[in-house]
Amino acid sequence: MEFVGGKLLQVGIAIAAFAAVIGLIMLLVDRAPKSTRDKVTVIGFLAPAAILMIVGLVYPAVQTSYLAFTDAKGTPNGVDNFVWMFTQPEAVITLRNTVIWTVLVPLLSTVFGLAYAVFIDKARGERILKALVFMPMAISFVGAGVIWKLVYDFRGAGIEQTGVLNALRVAVGMDPKQFLLDAPENTIFLIIVMVWIQTGFAMVILSAAIKGVPVELVEAARLDGANPWQQFRNVTIPGIRGSLVVVLTTITIATLKVFDIVRTMTAGNFETSVVANEMYTQAFRADEPGRGAALALVLFLLVLPIVVYNARVLRQQREIR
Amino acid sequence: MTATPARDEADKALVGLPLGEKGIHAADEPIMRRVKTKLTSPFATAAALIIAAIWTVPTFGLFVQSFRPAAKQVGPRSDGWWNAFFDGQFTFKNYVDATAAAGSQSPNLSQYLINSTAIVIPVTLFVLVLASMAAYIFAWGNFRGRHAMFIFVFALQIVPLQMALIPLLQLFTQVLQLPAGSYTQLWIAHTIFGLPLGIFLLHNFISEIPGEVIEAARVDGAGHTTIFWRIILPLSVPALASLAIFQFLWVWNDLLVALVFSGGTPDVAPITQRLAEISGTRGARDYLNPAAAFVSIIIPLGVFFALQRYFVRGLLAGGLKG
Repeated sequence: MEFVGGKLLQVGIAIAAFAAVIGLIMLLVDRAPKSTRDKVTVIGFLAPAAILMIVGLVYPAVQTSYLAFTDAKGTPNGVDNFVWMFTQPEAVITLRNTVIWTVLVPLLSTVFGLAYAVFIDKARGERILKALVFMPMAISFVGAGVIWKLVYDFRGAGIEQTGVLNALRVAVGMDPKQFLLDAPENTIFLIIVMVWIQTGFAMVILSAAIKGVPVELVEAARLDGANPWQQFRNVTIPGIRGSLVVVLTTITIATLKVFDIVRTMTAGNFETSVVANEMYTQAFRADEPGRGAALALVLFLLVLPIVVYNARVLRQQREIR
Repeated sequence: MTATPARDEADKALVGLPLGEKGIHAADEPIMRRVKTKLTSPFATAAALIIAAIWTVPTFGLFVQSFRPAAKQVGPRSDGWWNAFFDGQFTFKNYVDATAAAGSQSPNLSQYLINSTAIVIPVTLFVLVLASMAAYIFAWGNFRGRHAMFIFVFALQIVPLQMALIPLLQLFTQVLQLPAGSYTQLWIAHTIFGLPLGIFLLHNFISEIPGEVIEAARVDGAGHTTIFWRIILPLSVPALASLAIFQFLWVWNDLLVALVFSGGTPDVAPITQRLAEISGTRGARDYLNPAAAFVSIIIPLGVFFALQRYFVRGLLAGGLKG
């Protein structure tokens, strides 16, 4: 186990170096003269995170925005990459798939999550029932890929099926199906994997939000003669509106960036590619960094409205306080 | 419309209550126990059980498969995992082969497990410390452009990782001359990508700490560093715990960052990368894939279930406010 020791040592050195840097910052902040102390504090506390984010996120984003207007050799070529994106059949399919993903995943995950949260609220064994649906959140996309490949597994007709779904199809007299190969519905089967992962997130947030709706309101509605559906529709839903928005936006952003599922299950073949995957393919596999960057930029623009909306909500909350 | 006034009330309650109180007390205090809505009908129970089953069966199937002998998984005598309950053939050999067998062809997962651990622990620590420092200043510091900067950090969450990878890789290898095949690149990259969400989550929590507490400390002569380490951090433990779990899961389960920055050597590559390698190629060792997948899943799953409570609280701190 020699190699374990070496690795432990590396980890130890890294943590010690980090602690030394933080300690130094704290010392400097404490020793700063009174007149400038506030300023030094702001700089000292903010600088490490700020420098890292500028170097690792802001600068790359700016560079990518520039790259989007260059060709494979790095010479500016105007909007050619965007023309390519909206005219080439494969690229258009990629965009179409991304739209399907971003509509279906947030919607289905939220509906399933909310329904499940309501159904199991106060039920016996609520914690275990929750854990079952929540569990996929802890599983990596790669692991989920292995799990779902087994579910979708295909063997030729007449051979014993190893995948649950095809076994069911054969049992009811249908032919086995190539779930991941047959376009266009194979995109739906990939989307199911993402919904499987994200529903737990929606369920946990919405479940807690439902429990946060004051008892008195629900009780009052009940005494007023509202039936369970009306109670749900008129009391619970408005009470959890904030959480619903958060769940929808968070899942939408995660979906726009989805990469691993497509990568590990079909690698974007068979008309299943999405923007985030195509970006990787163009930039790292096809030696077309310009096109990859253009796709990244489009992705960024797609998410922008969501961020603007959230930023406005943030500001409003500040004004309330 | 008898329920309309109630709706307005609900809105007021949502906006008016400070979140810490709602998120935490609602779960803990028996006073808040709700009246049973009558929605829990037989139909609802059945629907819930069906959803639970659909959500569990895929994982369960792989779990069973991982204990089946090779011949039952692939090849002419193979059949579906559910047959295991009839033929009763179970074996631990897959797990032993996946983790401990020697040779470059074998998955060798124990080595990659150590890599994953060596990557995830420092990153989690770095993000927690740096993000809480920044979040404290954003919440309680006093400088111009504070709000604008915070919203900018929030917006950074959406920069697609793919956008940042090439420039960052160039920076690491060409400017900073960081050695390939060491953990350093992975540590720094993961820390950077974890900061925006970390700052956002912790800020939501830290800004809810009552101002009087901090003011009192300041009157007593405490400086920023003392307030930060002695008051802010201890009070933020629930949020820190949830961010730690987030960060742990995120880094442990990552594939993209690992692909770009690990150089693919067994010295530093995490277990997800190895799993993607062995499950991505068809070969004589396909029967090890289910066991390998489970080895990679088991640690995050354990962490997750052990610390679930904190995870949910942190989500809510970020959730209801943002």
